[in-house]
Amino acid sequence: MSAIDSHGSPPTAAGGKGPLWSRMKHAHHFRNHDEEFDACKLGMWLFLTTEVLLFSGLFVAYAIMRMKYPQAFTNGSHYLDWRWGGLNTIVLLLSSFTMAYSIRNAQMNKQGWLKFNLAFTVLCGALFLVIKFTLEYAPKWAQGKRPGFLFSYPNAQDPYEPIWWSIYYSATGIHATHVLIGMGLITYLFLRSLKGTYGPKHYTGVEVVGLYWHLVDLIWIFLFPLLYLIH
Amino acid sequence: MSTIDTHGPHDSHAAHGHDDHGHGGHHHEGSYLTPRGGLFSTIWSWMTTVDHKKLGVMYLTAVLTLFFVGGVAALAVRAELWAPNRAVSETQPDGTVKTTIKGQLFNIGVPTEVTKVDPATGKPVLDAQGNEVKEWKRVESLNSGNQTYNRIMTLHGAIMVFMVIIPSIPAALGNFFLPIMLGAKDVAFPRLNLLSWWVYVFGSVFAVASVIVGGVDTGWTFYTPYSTMTDAGHWRVVAMVAGAFILGFSSILTGLNFIVTVHKLRAPGMGWFDMPLFVWAIYATAIIQVLATPVIGITLLMLIFERLFHVGIFDPRMGGDPVLFQHFFWFYSHPVVYVMILPGMGVASELIAVHAHKRLFGYRAIAFASLGIAGVSFIVWGHHMFTAEGELAAAVFSALTFLVAIPTAVKVFNWLGTLYKAHISINTPMCYALSFLFLFSIGGLTGLPLATLSTDMHLHDSYFVVAHFHYVMMGSTLIAFVGGIHHWWPKMFGRMYNDTWGIIGCVLVFIGFNVTFFTQFFLGTRGMPRRYASYVDEFTIFHQISTVGSWILALGFLITLFNLLHSLVAGKKAPPNPWGGLTLEWSVESPPSEHNFHHEPLVTHGPYAFDEVVPFHRTPEEFPLPPKPVGGGHH
Repeated sequence: MSAIDSHGSPPTAAGGKGPLWSRMKHAHHFRNHDEEFDACKLGMWLFLTTEVLLFSGLFVAYAIMRMKYPQAFTNGSHYLDWRWGGLNTIVLLLSSFTMAYSIRNAQMNKQGWLKFNLAFTVLCGALFLVIKFTLEYAPKWAQGKRPGFLFSYPNAQDPYEPIWWSIYYSATGIHATHVLIGMGLITYLFLRSLKGTYGPKHYTGVEVVGLYWHLVDLIWIFLFPLLYLIH
Repeated sequence: MSTIDTHGPHDSHAAHGHDDHGHGGHHHEGSYLTPRGGLFSTIWSWMTTVDHKKLGVMYLTAVLTLFFVGGVAALAVRAELWAPNRAVSETQPDGTVKTTIKGQLFNIGVPTEVTKVDPATGKPVLDAQGNEVKEWKRVESLNSGNQTYNRIMTLHGAIMVFMVIIPSIPAALGNFFLPIMLGAKDVAFPRLNLLSWWVYVFGSVFAVASVIVGGVDTGWTFYTPYSTMTDAGHWRVVAMVAGAFILGFSSILTGLNFIVTVHKLRAPGMGWFDMPLFVWAIYATAIIQVLATPVIGITLLMLIFERLFHVGIFDPRMGGDPVLFQHFFWFYSHPVVYVMILPGMGVASELIAVHAHKRLFGYRAIAFASLGIAGVSFIVWGHHMFTAEGELAAAVFSALTFLVAIPTAVKVFNWLGTLYKAHISINTPMCYALSFLFLFSIGGLTGLPLATLSTDMHLHDSYFVVAHFHYVMMGSTLIAFVGGIHHWWPKMFGRMYNDTWGIIGCVLVFIGFNVTFFTQFFLGTRGMPRRYASYVDEFTIFHQISTVGSWILALGFLITLFNLLHSLVAGKKAPPNPWGGLTLEWSVESPPSEHNFHHEPLVTHGPYAFDEVVPFHRTPEEFPLPPKPVGGGHH
């Protein structure tokens, strides 16, 4: 490994005393910590833009199909139970709060609260997925409310209901994948926080993952009314 | 010398290029190419490097390799079109009718279940129960030959678009030069850069694997419902689409990295309007990559769902809409046309300014034109679907499409303005720049009849379109790419190539290209439809001229390739600033050191101030400044 490769690797701790976060160095090609922090944040905002555009494709497909087959979509939203969707909305909003709070904890050097809030956020994500899969996907799939050619629900009122289920499973499935990725990232933060990596001078990772987690939440905030509430 | 380097006189700096070991006394690090450790540790260090220069070289190698594969496929397509395909039936003397297929070069047949025949007796083989035995054989027919043609054509299109042209200039030259031109040590996220290289390799493997197991015949556009129905039950199409999806990730990550680098890592003294135009072009490209690629991501994902689960969103049998696929596809793929051409324009700006030794005419106009093209690119996708959308939509998209001509023409006039009364060096990079100007003008102007609804009714889906987009994508982007390689080759590898052979290669490429593709304008206006493996007899002569052109083109590229490879072995050592450029990459050694700069550079002059400063490492005798106007007020 040449010199530049070792310098380009992630911020590493310098020797010396003090908590780990106070010894973290910025990558060699940045002039200082602040420049690195700003760059990482800008990078994450750009990435979030791509995420919004990714989901915008699904939203456009939703709008066009809804315009073509309003009855199938009205029926579709009646098949969904808004209470489970509402509970999941609360779960995600709560997790967004604890995520934001963990950034504050890192800035204030409250290590115990930081670990607690990160762990709590991961658990909220898990709860969201459990509700989604066991209480929503599984019974519907068993009833034959499936996407496309797999559709076999006998009491369908409209011939285009399979399209509704295609949109429903694609949109919520891709969103659930994002929740899963977010949980992985926050678990990584949690493991690093056990070593005291994050603190007032070094919390870039918590900040950018937090941005990502809020976006995942925000996408759900749009999906929930579109799928569950509009009749 | 305006870039401040406080370490000793500049002559010693320049001398490093002539030093046998490539490194001088007081800078004890070598160039980025200096191997460290044994062979395997060197290979491993390249595979895991986060150095933007090494990644640029790795991209360059991969892109050129895939360009070769896609080029061979193109030659095969042209060779197949040498003669029209005919099934000729002749009555033999014994009364049987024998059908032979003429005019087909490639025919791998289609696996078909047929009755097994005993070769000795010519009778069907029977099993114990007296039933005929079936076997799988590749059966050749006129149709199976056409299918082979479709697959080779898809291979050519998909490789050239997704794996060659899109990453060519941004990922290869951009990775290497964007940070150096900004005075930075690296891109903003070096590890993300390495990730995007591996994602690129992974996606390419997916796409190429789908070809190895038999090929995909959808064309690079994957139009539904054909792409959801062809080759049913096989994973080839899914693999190809997944490959394109993965390549999109690489494209997004590279674009994101470049945007942040431009925003955050410019050297002190470098304002937005002190950036080289190559950087402006890459910046505009990166914006398009970041904003458009996610849309193709979700589109291809839905196409995969469509094939695997039959979700029906694009399937008319289920109430879905295949035209929606076209809208989604072109919402990405039209902007991506400018991902292809904008970097080429950026390279052209550098080549023309440096080799004409003149301040670029209308710097700001060119910079804003790049952003203008990026902006307009998002509102014109409907012109790919004039015949598939409503009349009002077609009229609106036609009108919007003409907007593209404005920033494009601004650029062309500015390049011409720069060349006017300039001190032009006719060397290999300048020959490519001039080729670019000619070919791009033809490619751009032939876009106008395609944007006009009435003429497009006649020309759409014809060879006119094929010729038009080859003039833009190949004649402009790839020509600029090869020109850029010649321009920066001495900087990247520290060697000078033979200029005479470089010019010969360029001239052959220019002639071969025009013979190949100008002919296709005539074919298109006479009604030859695109994508077909055969044609009516009247077109034979045009197709044969076009095919001969493809051989000249191939010869030109081979000469160029050998010339460049030869320079690595036997070329003269390159000085730090062979052309007299003013952008920062010419201030460092050839090849650059690992950290690019020994000290953070301070930028005190514009990138094209040829009338104000003497280029790095050069003397005023070599590059005399123009005399200052006397008296004042007369200019």
